[in-house]
Amino acid sequence: MENKPLNISWLFLMAWRDSRKNKARLFLFISSMILGIAALVAIYGIGDNLTKDIDRQAATLIGADLDVRTNKSPDSAARKFTDSLRKQADAYSEEQSFPSMILFMKGGGTRLVQIRALSGNFPFYGDIETTPKSAAKTFRDKHDVLVDKTLMLQYQANVGDSVQIGKVNFRIAGILNQAPGQTGFSSTIAPSVFMPLRYLKATNLAQKGSRINYNFYYKLKPQTDVDAMVTRLTPAFERHDLDQDTIKSKKESTGRSFSDVTKFLSLVGFIALLLGCIGVASAVHIYVKEKMQSIAILRCMGLSSKQAFLIFLIQITIIGFIGAVAGAALGSIIQQVLPIVFKDFLPLELQVTISWKAIGQGILLGVIISILFSLLPLISIRKVSPLNTIRVSDHTESTSKDPWRWFVYLLIFGFITCFARLQLEGWRQTLVFSISLVIGFIVLYGVAAASVWLIRKFFPSSWSYIWRQGLSNLYRPNNQTTILVLSIGLGTTFICTLFFVQSILMDRITLSTSENQPNMVIFDIQSKQRAAITELTKSEGLPLIQEVPIVTMRLQEINGVNAMENKNDSIRKYSNRAYNRELRVTFRDSLTSSERLIEGKWQGQAQDTAHISLEQGYAKSAHLSIGDRLVFNVQGVMVPAIVGSIREVDWNRVQTNFRLVFPKGVIDDAPQFHVLVTRVPNAAASAAFQQKVVSTYPNVSIIDLALILNVLDEILNKIGFVIRFMASFSIITGLIVLISSVLISKYQRMQESVLLRTIGASSLQVFMITALEYFFLGSIAAFTGIVLALIGNWGLAKFSFEVPFSPDWLTVVSIFFSISLLTTLIGVLNSRSALNRPPLEILRKNA
Amino acid sequence: MTEILSVRNLSKTYPAQGKTLSVLNDINFEIQQGSTVSIVGPSGSGKTTLLGLCAGLDRASSGSVVLNGIKLDELNEDERARVRNQHVGFIFQNFQLLPTLTALENVMVPLELRGERNVKASALTLLEKVGLAARGHHYPSQLSGGEQQRVSLARAFSNSPKILFADEPTGNLDTETGQKVEKLLFELNRDAGTTLILVTHDLELASKTNRIIRLKGGAILNDSL
Repeated sequence: MENKPLNISWLFLMAWRDSRKNKARLFLFISSMILGIAALVAIYGIGDNLTKDIDRQAATLIGADLDVRTNKSPDSAARKFTDSLRKQADAYSEEQSFPSMILFMKGGGTRLVQIRALSGNFPFYGDIETTPKSAAKTFRDKHDVLVDKTLMLQYQANVGDSVQIGKVNFRIAGILNQAPGQTGFSSTIAPSVFMPLRYLKATNLAQKGSRINYNFYYKLKPQTDVDAMVTRLTPAFERHDLDQDTIKSKKESTGRSFSDVTKFLSLVGFIALLLGCIGVASAVHIYVKEKMQSIAILRCMGLSSKQAFLIFLIQITIIGFIGAVAGAALGSIIQQVLPIVFKDFLPLELQVTISWKAIGQGILLGVIISILFSLLPLISIRKVSPLNTIRVSDHTESTSKDPWRWFVYLLIFGFITCFARLQLEGWRQTLVFSISLVIGFIVLYGVAAASVWLIRKFFPSSWSYIWRQGLSNLYRPNNQTTILVLSIGLGTTFICTLFFVQSILMDRITLSTSENQPNMVIFDIQSKQRAAITELTKSEGLPLIQEVPIVTMRLQEINGVNAMENKNDSIRKYSNRAYNRELRVTFRDSLTSSERLIEGKWQGQAQDTAHISLEQGYAKSAHLSIGDRLVFNVQGVMVPAIVGSIREVDWNRVQTNFRLVFPKGVIDDAPQFHVLVTRVPNAAASAAFQQKVVSTYPNVSIIDLALILNVLDEILNKIGFVIRFMASFSIITGLIVLISSVLISKYQRMQESVLLRTIGASSLQVFMITALEYFFLGSIAAFTGIVLALIGNWGLAKFSFEVPFSPDWLTVVSIFFSISLLTTLIGVLNSRSALNRPPLEILRKNA
Repeated sequence: MTEILSVRNLSKTYPAQGKTLSVLNDINFEIQQGSTVSIVGPSGSGKTTLLGLCAGLDRASSGSVVLNGIKLDELNEDERARVRNQHVGFIFQNFQLLPTLTALENVMVPLELRGERNVKASALTLLEKVGLAARGHHYPSQLSGGEQQRVSLARAFSNSPKILFADEPTGNLDTETGQKVEKLLFELNRDAGTTLILVTHDLELASKTNRIIRLKGGAILNDSL
């Protein structure tokens, strides 16, 4: 018997012929994945644009060729070194920045801000954007400041008004709209106020022990190879404890940050795509089922199983390609609006251009994924028996034991893992993501299957016919229960998680607002101001909950090893960070209520060498343990100490907590500042007290819990908006899967509805059956999604945030009904043709 | 005359509720090339199962089927598909046209499956023979039952089969249309010199064939040979 060659062109011809009458339905298959592709293309596109813009605008991110910085006052040697760099520069600027209180003279409002005292003409690249525009230049020569626009709005201040910084009054020369490298996000956390550096001394804010960051900006001569220069000078930078940034390093670090963000968002978009693909698989499954008879006829005429499989594979590939192109086109449109979504996170002006690279990636991904997910139903084509032409559904073999089926599962898992690996850092994270995703899907699938089983097992036979019919539709042949519970359920989980995490974070903070808990921290109090501020607090009727001295120091040696020796040691024993960071330390004779000794022995009063106590997290990160001998540099004086105990600290309180605590009698006389913790009864009392403190003691800073709550709320809203935007892709995909599922099974439903109407059911009864079916579907999906989110977030609250989990049940109930009713609405709207058309019309059509 | 179909000790059983259900039991017959044969019997007698086995649509539980010298029971499904494409034609009670293909394309498919090119002309000739040349571009849903069965006839003869299997070819048609289709079937069969095997309830139709095989309870009750 001759072996016919596979005629590829004929297979394409048959694929095309078969698709002619199924165009609309085939489009429905791919509609569910269009949005996922669109999400990815939009994110890839914006990532591509960002990379290009970071390249193009890198200089404006840093504002100079070289930024040398330190967080401790540079000694004379360091000063000499920074001055020596000026010789190679065309321009130079210096900045000292630190948190401090600002007092708005009109209205008396006070607020903790980031003071940026500036000399020279920084930025050398890009601009400080102000209103009026000229203010960015004029404030440097006058007794003026620039105030962040959010502050201006919050305190209803105008250009020309006065503010007090330290002991000095300044005129507001302009509203600060944008500074190099600054984002809307950073101005929410720490709004900036620019002032001329030469007036800093007069403010009296720069004291010994103040937490000031020093930046030295250089515009180097054009021919300078900045990075080579930095490499050459690295030993000197290290010697003087200076850090540095160049345009290249800033570009890399900014690029890396945004690459991480876009990768994370890509994963969110990928989940939407996967949901859509499950929709594709489900739709193709129904399509293939309906095609069984045609395939059997072709098999009768001599079509081989391979040819039958290929005809439909070609069809799905082409339609997948068209869907991917449509998704890529939609993604490119969505890309245009993404800068609005991300505006608070972008440190530069983003130019949105069509990214052909992103479009190419999206199309490729769309085609691969549509083939992969169609393969599961498509492989069953190989098993269609020609005997089906004479006996319907007689001999289609089950594919559950087909090894190809398991190979396809493996391919899908492999693809998901490889995709995730491209977005994530390591294989561990990748596997955690992939396996979590698989578990999530399995749980949702399990719940869907269990729901169907439970409904069948405990079917409420006593219910009225309409309710019974609506409910039984969930398990009838060709039902869409599993796919809809998966897609809508996962979308619901996303939305709920978002709300829950927001509420957990807020709860964590608001825990401290309960009765008698401190809600205000006053810090940077100088020793000579201490008594007066204590007195003022008492006179206002406020309690002195805590009063703590703070001494700043650095770790000089650990068991005789200093920072340089540790760095040069090939088997590094201690963390370099332990040496470099500035430590804020207190001294006292007892533990506080938020501390618990877990190792060693507490020493309240020093004997020979001080036995200090370390917080367990700090001890772990610095690789320190009981008995280690340390030497601290307390502002020039070397103080030896021994690690005597390790404490567990509850950081979840508005009060001072310390990584290191000295016993009394060692650093009591060292230069220090003080922190006072109190509780104010209400916002008015808080404002009045803050105003009194700041107007008399302008160097003192105040953290008000209400302010933290406001800032946190604002940050969460900003992050939440982006996450909601991305989650909406999954939700809408779920709804598209719902619409396409309803439309695909419409023919079958129409027949049933018509038969019901023929035997006397009213339109209302048929409508009620349909509405109830979709309500049941929506509610199972929403319920499952909510339960998953509740379990996940309970774990998050208990084990990660360590707070009791108390979800807002009103929100939960609202989400449940919104999702259920939306599902019902879409189901009913798409089935309306079955409800409206006369039975005879459809019966004739079927005949 | 040469032998086109040989059935030897053919049996077919199905597992049913833990037991074995015997549908065909030890069937034996030979059919000569160019003859016309009817397989008749009451519902459940195994007619359609026998037709399926003879045409290579299914595998027997035991025994053998030799079609045009090819032992079907030694072939896998794809090899049997090639045999069907080369040697066999089918006509079904419910027409079994591909709904997404036009009448003309339905007739072209068996030839295209053979890898033949420029098959449109011969398909059109066949449609002309069944009186439907003008309806070639219509889809099955746009044709009446009689027209669909005529397209099915044209398709069955399009690959010049050695043997044609017809399962109740007029079962879904009214008497008048059924008679027209019958007439056309025998005309085409005579012209092409094809062996025709009919499965039917209709004894009047069966009487028009050279030979009648009667089945009952999965066994041959009577063979008019």
